[in-house]
Amino acid sequence: MADKQLTEQDIVAGLAEIVEEVAGVAQDEVTKEKSFVDDLDIDSLSMVEIAVQAEDKFGVKIPDDELANLKTVGDAVTYVAKNS
Amino acid sequence: MSNAEVVVTGLGATTPLGGDVESTWDGLLTGRSGVARLDEDWVERFELPVKIAARLAVEPTEVLPRVEARRLDRSEQVGMIAARQAWQDAGFGEDDVDPERLGVVVGTGIGGATTLLNMDDLLETSGLRKVSPLTVPMLMPNGPAAYIGLELKARAGVHAPVSACASGAEAIAMAWRMLRTGEADVVVAGGAEACIAAITMAGFAQSRTMSTRNDDPAAASRPWDVERDGFVLGEGAGIVVLERAEYAKARGARIYASLAGIGTSADSYHITAPDPEGTGQARAMTAALRTGDIDPARVGHVNAHATSTPVGDVTETVAVRKAIGEHPVLTAPKGALGHLLGAAGAVESVATVLSLYHGLIPPTQNLSEIDPGVSHDVVTGEPRKVDLDVAINDSFGFGGHNVSLAFAAV
Repeated sequence: MADKQLTEQDIVAGLAEIVEEVAGVAQDEVTKEKSFVDDLDIDSLSMVEIAVQAEDKFGVKIPDDELANLKTVGDAVTYVAKNS
Repeated sequence: MSNAEVVVTGLGATTPLGGDVESTWDGLLTGRSGVARLDEDWVERFELPVKIAARLAVEPTEVLPRVEARRLDRSEQVGMIAARQAWQDAGFGEDDVDPERLGVVVGTGIGGATTLLNMDDLLETSGLRKVSPLTVPMLMPNGPAAYIGLELKARAGVHAPVSACASGAEAIAMAWRMLRTGEADVVVAGGAEACIAAITMAGFAQSRTMSTRNDDPAAASRPWDVERDGFVLGEGAGIVVLERAEYAKARGARIYASLAGIGTSADSYHITAPDPEGTGQARAMTAALRTGDIDPARVGHVNAHATSTPVGDVTETVAVRKAIGEHPVLTAPKGALGHLLGAAGAVESVATVLSLYHGLIPPTQNLSEIDPGVSHDVVTGEPRKVDLDVAINDSFGFGGHNVSLAFAAV
């Protein structure tokens, strides 16, 4: 269910929910400067799950080659905002 | 071959009788049953003739953190729970064993069947994108072993033998070999199984090997009883920590028993029925005694495979007579536990070790009238107090796989 006007805050909050659900990271840890792999300890398989859930939540498809470029939470937020 | 003595220093289990070793052992001693009516809707939807099973006493999701549990098949969940218990019971913490000297051997009969089924359903109903990226690690039969190896940092070798109902015992036999050849100092070994689902129940039911005593589930699994009509499917995991005796003594470990000898053989008779002469089974027991240089007269107890099938139960006693004699006292834990398939050989090894350690043999459940073909002394009613020297645990799998483990008191 994608909102007409997704604020950056909405996207960060939405991603934080998904990351907690998939990887058990506390939502307040999921901030824009954090790296998925290095800071949040999320492996590649979990990233695929996160992308699928993000697609459901924001209505934005994230192809595999784009997913590989999303190193930080901020990268993901930017991608969702640009494509929603 | 170094011929190093192999000892048991840790035990772990989660079974239909309890979520750990203590509650499982207590259940065996006090005559509890892990068998109950299944309340899943598919039992009636498919009109299954078998409506009972031995479900876990404690759900894995009550024990494991949510995020970990969602990434594991149920068989991997129970394996992990039992492995952590055994590791802790052995007195090990993180990084206590050199990874290159630590091995894992954990078998399963069916593996991640429920994952395979669930993901197939999701693919059909919701398409590719809903199929979890973890599907393969969850369904692969080496999953339980691999995840345990990952958790404990085992780098000597991680193995996953599959031999149906003998898998758990075969894993322990393989661990013994790894230790005797000096490949490792410590090996975590056992079996994990959790495959109760419509198709597995239907498949076993169609093979006409399961009990249909649906109106009295607790009485359905009755090894050696004249009224037995088949086995009851169960789920769970059993894990033991095995070490080279020198290594265990050097660190002051508590030693439950030694694994003095192991024997394996194959029937090559029929894909599900055992050789009625019990020849293959006897050869496995003889081999266990030989590798341990054990005089059969020392074997005071056999923890039997006996599954409550009309055909198999008596054959095993014929084999015991051939290989060991009339004197061992028998018990069949499947009366209480049900049949844990790939985990059975391991959970029942835990029981055998505890029998040696405590000098106590649990009773065989539901034995009202013993089959006239059984001449051995079988423990029923109350647990039997007896100082044991050597106790054997037998496991025989569909496919004719025979494994015999000879444990000795220390």
